[in-house]
Amino acid sequence: MNDVLDVALRLVAVLVAFLVLPLVIGQTEHKVMAHMQGRLGPMYAGGFHGWAQLVADGVKFAQKEDVVPAGADRRIFQLAPAVALLPYLLVLIAIPVGPHGLVGTVVDAGLFFVLAVMGVGVLGSLMAGWASANKFSLLGGLRTAAQLMAYELPMLLAASSVAMAAGTISLPGILDAFHWWWIPWQIIGGLVFFTAGLAELQRPPFDMPVADSEIIFGAYTEYTGLRFALFLLAEYAGIVVLCGLTTVLFLGGWHGPMAGSLGWLWTLLKTALLAFVVIWLRVSYPRLREDQLQKLAWTVLIPLSLAQIALTGVVKVVTS
Amino acid sequence: MTLAAGHPGFLSPTGVEVAFLLVGVATLGAALVTVTTKQLVHAALWLVVALGGLAIEYLLLTAEFIAWVQVLIYVGSVVVLLLFGLMLTKAPIGRSADADSGNRWAALTVAAAAAATLVWVVVDAFRSTWIDLSGAAQGSAKVTGASLFRNWVLPFEALSVLLLAALVGAIVLSRRKNGAPS
Repeated sequence: MNDVLDVALRLVAVLVAFLVLPLVIGQTEHKVMAHMQGRLGPMYAGGFHGWAQLVADGVKFAQKEDVVPAGADRRIFQLAPAVALLPYLLVLIAIPVGPHGLVGTVVDAGLFFVLAVMGVGVLGSLMAGWASANKFSLLGGLRTAAQLMAYELPMLLAASSVAMAAGTISLPGILDAFHWWWIPWQIIGGLVFFTAGLAELQRPPFDMPVADSEIIFGAYTEYTGLRFALFLLAEYAGIVVLCGLTTVLFLGGWHGPMAGSLGWLWTLLKTALLAFVVIWLRVSYPRLREDQLQKLAWTVLIPLSLAQIALTGVVKVVTS
Repeated sequence: MTLAAGHPGFLSPTGVEVAFLLVGVATLGAALVTVTTKQLVHAALWLVVALGGLAIEYLLLTAEFIAWVQVLIYVGSVVVLLLFGLMLTKAPIGRSADADSGNRWAALTVAAAAAATLVWVVVDAFRSTWIDLSGAAQGSAKVTGASLFRNWVLPFEALSVLLLAALVGAIVLSRRKNGAPS
């Protein structure tokens, strides 16, 4: 009975994190972007510095009519937001937060699990793009697919470099094997992983698939109300997952002073720092054009990640 | 895999085996819909269900690593490529009247023959070998890796050479010859 309770508690904790963290990042984005642009951002909702703005937004989305275009493929149109959102919830289960088994559940092939399931989320955007019966949506879906195919490879290569270094593909196992000098050793892989992850999430400067000045809002153009909110939530949940994964793989996760008792705090701090960088990039970089986007992936990121794998292999052979 | 001391019954109804059968039926159903539906994109999406079902079957057989690789490669990449191709060409919403082929009986024959061959090979190869599902996972990444690089290195390398050849071939084919009309 205790085991059941333990599992249930872990799942509830993951669910709470999944519901709270994306909202926190969303609100941070509002405020950070505003201050970087010399504005104040939301100030009224909830009283103190507009902390309840996203809650109010959520209420607004829930009240709106849920419109399905007449020409759309109804079932796939309605299913798409769930396909986009749920993979991130599943991934969150496998990300270790602290030492001594502070993780939703230990997956033996954790690294492959998270990368595989994250890749499924893109199917949601493709389904939305095709089923909307809208040219802009279809273009957005096409761009999403092209972007995913270009950036999946460098992401995998960078992640496998860490797996080579640690000699395991279990996420807690990678953290157990971590030493501080891994950070300079794997820094190229880390940068490639983070950049490719940003591209998979379609965050600026890789937001070609949802470029609002060209194709309205890409695959999500026809969505309204709660389903649209789910797509937005998927984007922010994706930021949480990407930053958490980069933390675990390249920044040592819970390692830090007093890791025994404060490990979880270190994970959260590093994740938050990366999320800040994600927002910062959005404010400071212009959008890449489609050809620049593909060129960056195939001629810069893939060679860099291959070089990282070679470096990892050489160091591994020399030191063992 | 271990040689079972006593001969276990073919379908001793443990939970895992029941689940395995149910998922198998669902996978087969999804695969059938994939080849019979007249809506092109639906076919690709049903393929996702079928491939995901296969991944669950691997999981039930404790081959965790293979399961995730299946999801990563097939659901995450191959189906995305398929959908990309469909959207680039012609993917109308609704039924396509011409999404049918005169070869359906030939295709059915080939499919049945291939299935029979595969089932025969698998049954013949693993005649009395049983996977002990209750013990430690026997398909973990470690076991899979060790067996791949200890017993199956040659096929593995041959496959990589084949893939490399395919890659080079694709590049050669897609390169436009100098002076050829574009």
